[in-house]
Amino acid sequence: MTDIANAPKAATTKKPGLKERYALMTRGLDWETTYQPMEEVFPYATYEGIKIHDWDKWEDPFRLTMDAYWKYQAEKERKLYAIMDAFAQNNGHLGLTDARYLNSLKLFLTGVSPLEYMAHRGFAHVGRQLPGVGARVACQMQSLDELRHAQTQIHSMSNYNKLYDGFHSWRHMHDRVWYLSVPKSFFDDAITAGPFEYMIAIGFSFEYVLTNLLFVPFISGAAYNGDMGAMAFGFSAQSDESRHMTLGLEAIKFMLEQDPDNLPIVQHWIDKWFWRGYRVLTLVAMMLDYMLPKKVMSWKEAWEIYAEENGGALFQDLARYGIRPPLGWQQACDDKEHLSAQAWSTFYQYQGAAPFHTWMPSAEEMDWQSEKYPDSFDEYYRPRFEHWAEQEAAGNRFYNGTLPMLCQVCQIPMLFTEPGDPTRICYRESEHKGETYHTCSDGCKNIFDYEPEKYVQAWLPVQQIYQGNCFGPDADPTAADFNPLLEVIKWYRMNVGVDNSPYEGSRDQQNFQAWKQQTTSNAPAGGSPAGA
Amino acid sequence: MSTVFIAFQTNETSRGIVEAITDDNPTAVVNEQPAMVKVDVPDSMTIYRSTIEEKLGRRFDLQEMQVHLITLSGHVDESDDEFTLSWKQ
Amino acid sequence: MQIDLRTVSIKPIRQTFTHIADRIGPDKAASRYQEATLNVQADANFHYRPTWDPDHEIFDASRSKIVMADWYAFKDPRQFYYATYTTTRARMQETTEADFEFVERRGLAETYAADAKRTALDVLVPLRHVAWGANMNNSSICAYGYGTALTAPCIFQAMDQLGIAQYLTRLGLLFGDVASLDEGKRAWLDEPAWQQLRRYVEDTFVLADPIELFVAQNLVLDGLLYPLIYDKFDNLLAAEAGPTVSMLLRFQADWFAETSRWVDATIKTAAGESTANAALLNGWATAWRDRAVTALAPLADLALGADAPAALTEVVSAFETRAAKCGLAL
Repeated sequence: MTDIANAPKAATTKKPGLKERYALMTRGLDWETTYQPMEEVFPYATYEGIKIHDWDKWEDPFRLTMDAYWKYQAEKERKLYAIMDAFAQNNGHLGLTDARYLNSLKLFLTGVSPLEYMAHRGFAHVGRQLPGVGARVACQMQSLDELRHAQTQIHSMSNYNKLYDGFHSWRHMHDRVWYLSVPKSFFDDAITAGPFEYMIAIGFSFEYVLTNLLFVPFISGAAYNGDMGAMAFGFSAQSDESRHMTLGLEAIKFMLEQDPDNLPIVQHWIDKWFWRGYRVLTLVAMMLDYMLPKKVMSWKEAWEIYAEENGGALFQDLARYGIRPPLGWQQACDDKEHLSAQAWSTFYQYQGAAPFHTWMPSAEEMDWQSEKYPDSFDEYYRPRFEHWAEQEAAGNRFYNGTLPMLCQVCQIPMLFTEPGDPTRICYRESEHKGETYHTCSDGCKNIFDYEPEKYVQAWLPVQQIYQGNCFGPDADPTAADFNPLLEVIKWYRMNVGVDNSPYEGSRDQQNFQAWKQQTTSNAPAGGSPAGA
Repeated sequence: MSTVFIAFQTNETSRGIVEAITDDNPTAVVNEQPAMVKVDVPDSMTIYRSTIEEKLGRRFDLQEMQVHLITLSGHVDESDDEFTLSWKQ
Repeated sequence: MQIDLRTVSIKPIRQTFTHIADRIGPDKAASRYQEATLNVQADANFHYRPTWDPDHEIFDASRSKIVMADWYAFKDPRQFYYATYTTTRARMQETTEADFEFVERRGLAETYAADAKRTALDVLVPLRHVAWGANMNNSSICAYGYGTALTAPCIFQAMDQLGIAQYLTRLGLLFGDVASLDEGKRAWLDEPAWQQLRRYVEDTFVLADPIELFVAQNLVLDGLLYPLIYDKFDNLLAAEAGPTVSMLLRFQADWFAETSRWVDATIKTAAGESTANAALLNGWATAWRDRAVTALAPLADLALGADAPAALTEVVSAFETRAAKCGLAL
């Protein structure tokens, strides 16, 4: 041993700065293993073909040591739960603009919160497997954050679940319901990819390019519609996302700087995951434009700010590595005119199979659409929506009783139109081992063709229904009065006629109005809710 | 030219942070939205601990920004005294 | 118009989510721990097999030989979910921060007895790497274990071990300097006294069964190392040179007492499930206990000198008593 330990240090040691301090607290903790070979300790580090020569070149984005992490995150949690409790204690739900708003939260809890949980497990996996210590620590911290997001969302929406329909079986539904296989398959796709692809899929494409579109305009919209609870969890989650986005950006830069051979692999992943993420955002487009009673900004405006402007700056920046904007970027920018209307039309038609309420926009809301979408709404969507609204008012609401064909990759029904022609549905197909597989777009077809052996595995809800895999144990397909769709809805654990009814006349609508009335009248309090 | 941005939840601390940003970055554009405030600056912005401390009248650790932060864009460079967002030219 | 919302009394339509009600009954409000934990992990209709492990589903209970009828039989007695976890650690870190600050401000490291200081650095600084190994292993159990009740506490444990590695780093910097960290790493890599322990840690890195890894890391290694260092060695240093180092190790001592409750509950639940589970756990615990005792003996000598054999015997015997309470017979 040297005598360093006993050397006088008082005057000579200057307190190390943030960067140096953080490096000492993370780098150097790891070592090259010798009793077990490194390739056994990190078995998944090379099979994707990504070449890393020097993990020390990794630049830590945010430099939070665990003590600082605990301190600041605990402060966030205390604030968040204080708001959540106050909101529940004061019946904050009655301050919402309109109970229609709740349907966007039902979609959030059943579609998004389970993804937060998947991100938690995925980052634990990648945080174990990446051989660089800086990257590993950042991933583990993200894993912990993502658990936070899943849990705070569950807790926040637990209050609504006690009073409103459609929240109650989020776990069961996420793994079964037709449109929820869209977000589920997205994350299953990412977590089953290698650790480097996962970093591009989630750390980069999803976190950096896309989550702002969910968490910023939508959550701002939640605040605008009086939902303090969702506002609190949403903004609080997004504050962690700032760390996650910088991690994603560092991951991509690092891979590109390490070896020129990484460029084509990374470019393919950017193409793929941009498109995969963009397809999931279809749900967000519809939440912004159709499900928020008071609207903060249109999908198109949000897309222009957070994708075109911000994403544009990002891809301009990455051009120095030879990265070009993702394939499909232009089509996504063009489709901003149509995305939300096409999606909402679909859910309106399939109301019977979705555990949230739908409606046709009011005359005033249609005018808002016309103003925000002057080049598309009046021409393509207003006539259809006005027709449906009239039919519904006349007691003849339109339901589509057939099952839609799903895209083999994104699993969204074939509802998107051809680039440049919003009157024609877009179909693509590929052959693999003598079978034909259908996709919704060039983007999804490219993804399929690159890795068909992965996408043929997909658990496609409609096919599963036709194969008889989506009925409860007491369903009897041989019975004379067997109603397969009804049996599927029951198997989804939907409360038939309650969760999946149109908004007009729904229990949510009735209760919200009755409860709200109690706050302003002298009618006896404590009446039991309609239909309970 | 590309824009960097940072957004905070609307509250008392954020008010001081945003004031500090606009003082130190004269081209900053402040954009108020429901429950949040977003600041856009062309190319890059630097946030100084000392200015925030002046605005808030107390000691401030730049990592404390995380408590109020909603989102940002650009490359992050962080030290004890400065927090910079930029797009490299 | 003044609206007094308190006058509105609304009867809930339901108490909790159906997957929670299925477990606790429909008429009871669930705790936040329950809603944050029970059935939160997906368990059906996975779309694709992992390209990195095509023999298993994304989440797959068969990654472990341990068989559970219900993986949500595991309960964390601390009822940690993210908020309770971080607020608990934030309180602990506030105390630790104050302790470090006190030692720094009073210059207590400079006046600390030279021999004791050297021993402290020799013993404690290489333990950064052991904590780092524990971090990796718990990240691994979190990733490949089954069911949120088991896996969520593992990410807490992983990050705690990172925090411990960082507190040990700060201690090394306070009592020594950057070179002390380098010297600690050199010892970890080359000094014979550390090699059995390093081999143990590296061998756990390649364990595929998440529950065996849990046993090797959280039950056995921590179960022997922490009492040896943060109790026996800490007492010895305090007796020789006063309580300065004890102040800086308090986090670890408190943490071990707290997390042991969870580790014990986990083992007890798995062992209580079936005799087959108990036999597996016994086999793993015995084999890893034997290896750990061998691996820790040179460290005990380094830390405790002449007191080492007696101290180690005491630690092992206390560990066996603890294991017996969890339903194991070592």
